[in-house]
Amino acid sequence: MYVYDEYDQQLLNERVVQFQGQMQRYLAGKIAEDEFLPLRLQNGIYVQRYAPMLRVAVPYGQMNSAQMRALARVAREYDKGYAHFSTRQNVQFNWPKLEQCPQILADLAEVQMHAVQTSGNCIRNTTTDEYAGVIAEETVDPRPYCEIIRQWSTFHPEFAFLPRKFKIAVNAVPGADRAAIQVHDIGVNIIRNAEGQIGYRILVGGGLGRTPIIGEEICSFLAEEDLLTYLDAIIRVYNQFGRRDNKYKARIKILVKALGVERMRELVEAEWQRIKSGDSKLTSAELDRVKKHFTDPSYLPLSDEPAELTSARAENAAFARWLQRNVRAHKQAGYAVVALTLKQKGTPPGDVTAEQMDQIAALADQYSFGEIRSTHQQNLVLADVEQRQLFALWQEAKALGLATPTLGLLTDMICCPGGDFCALANAKSIPVAEAIQARFDDLDYLHDLGEIDLNISGCMNACGHHHVGNIGVLGVDKKGEEFYQISLGGNAGDNTSLGKILGPSFARDQMPDIIAKILDFYVAKRNEGETFLETYRRLGHDPFKEAIYGPAH
Amino acid sequence: MAQLIKQSQLVSNDEWHLIEDDAIIADYGIISLKRWQENAAALLPLAQAGKIGLLLNSDETADQIGDDCRQFVLIAVNFPKFSDGRGYSTARLLRERHGFKGELRSVGDVLIDQLFFMNRCGFNSFALRDDQDLNDALAAFATFTVSYQNDVNDPRPLFRRR
Repeated sequence: MYVYDEYDQQLLNERVVQFQGQMQRYLAGKIAEDEFLPLRLQNGIYVQRYAPMLRVAVPYGQMNSAQMRALARVAREYDKGYAHFSTRQNVQFNWPKLEQCPQILADLAEVQMHAVQTSGNCIRNTTTDEYAGVIAEETVDPRPYCEIIRQWSTFHPEFAFLPRKFKIAVNAVPGADRAAIQVHDIGVNIIRNAEGQIGYRILVGGGLGRTPIIGEEICSFLAEEDLLTYLDAIIRVYNQFGRRDNKYKARIKILVKALGVERMRELVEAEWQRIKSGDSKLTSAELDRVKKHFTDPSYLPLSDEPAELTSARAENAAFARWLQRNVRAHKQAGYAVVALTLKQKGTPPGDVTAEQMDQIAALADQYSFGEIRSTHQQNLVLADVEQRQLFALWQEAKALGLATPTLGLLTDMICCPGGDFCALANAKSIPVAEAIQARFDDLDYLHDLGEIDLNISGCMNACGHHHVGNIGVLGVDKKGEEFYQISLGGNAGDNTSLGKILGPSFARDQMPDIIAKILDFYVAKRNEGETFLETYRRLGHDPFKEAIYGPAH
Repeated sequence: MAQLIKQSQLVSNDEWHLIEDDAIIADYGIISLKRWQENAAALLPLAQAGKIGLLLNSDETADQIGDDCRQFVLIAVNFPKFSDGRGYSTARLLRERHGFKGELRSVGDVLIDQLFFMNRCGFNSFALRDDQDLNDALAAFATFTVSYQNDVNDPRPLFRRR
């Protein structure tokens, strides 16, 4: 992974000093509340329902074990002993004290971590595929490009006060998309053209929230060295012409819709023509420098399917099930990619305790070259595990509650913190997730159902990505009471679609029964081998609606 | 009365002032883009003599004045609210695209924690909102000694200097 040089570290150290000063001035009454707001947001601090929330950046989901231990220390020393991984691969602390945040950030800077631009109307953490660099299917490792974007977006002098937040995601796998690039402000799809050159297909104007929109292609092929100038051009157009009169209409998706993607493309092209040959054009030296940080670890010459693995699989059905669900093929013979699921029954999706974090760091050191990734689905990944050690790793992970063999299944839910923590939420989301986990805890049933994305958001801001869940759940407020609206047919993968609302909303205690009805209908109607989404797309929306609400009159 | 910072110093004898579109033009008056566009021929000698400046509001882009910006010795860019970031693009484009070499002044809701970014985008004078602490403001220009991106003061991004 990327290792800071003296420039990166210097910049981060100066950021720590800057925020210490800003906090002092705020506490001394020299900065008004509304003027401190963007300063704390750009350092990851929200004021939540009960306490501030600190969102620490995990750039494109990459961490090492020292960083994981530092996060555990923060959880232990400044919080209530746990942390939460978000859908944008970041980590959140729900109970720090506002005045301690500068010290937390100083502690984290020692391990090259920070909360820079994890909130606010600026360019946020760039996200990508959690399997970057270790799977054979990818066109190229996307992480160097993410790091180049990270550096370019960090304290960009022109784009610190955009109309609204701005999120970029990168994908480099043909036919799959674990980074949900079609629902980001900018989606960067790294591709190879007919001549074999690496470049980018650029999408713009995707997003969820109140107005979910799938991003549109603004550039079909951009040369490798033109990445930053093109991003500058898009965001410069947005900064000048995006709406600022209404925060709900301020995202770039609204600008793209208003102009049409053709007009947007003309404006961006015109801007880009004037800057594309400038010094921000990437050099091959810089591309090489950053790529050198993401070379393969020192893999041993091993073979696939060692005898230890074969026999353990044959002897232990639970291990076999975990292998089938939570372990995927690695590009290197004899290695595997392992997901540590943060979806244990009784625990909010994405939550980990400080003890678990220390143990995860130890597992990473022992089994995976000391590195860990966080995922869009709110799980963790050990990316470089020897197949002959999978059984030993599974035993340890299982003891820690990190081996629930449900990756991609119904109970591998995405869920926002919801009304238990968030001041924006209309309804709680964690109790719904917990009720569904409790109701559907039969592993045979879950495996038989197959892959289903169930996403829960506590309000229309859609942090739980309910629009792109195969089953989406949205918390709504009805005259002061919490209700839940269900949508079906959403998908965040390569073939992105937005869910369609099923009908009137339900009370919280009805939710497990309603989900069960939807699932029963799918099981009754599915063809052999068909996933929930495939059945839904084949049958259409109305039969599902009828199954829940009865025939239309 | 705003406190004016130029070249990292407090300036107390500044004579520039905004003038309304219906007011008589006086020396060191800063006029609106509209007034300039309606009377450019008549106002050109005053601009070239350094007697009038130009104001760009946040909804007016650098491209609207274009290369005419070079006729002025001073252009003020207004920040009606500190969170309105359009002026950063305006400043960069005036400097980098339209070749403005004169005094580029940020006016309006100009706060300490914007100064570092403003300086990088090409502003060289800052009409600080009057409640801002001057010593804190002067210190803000030294917040960072490293920047990843290019800016008006250095066209090379860090990767060309590293």
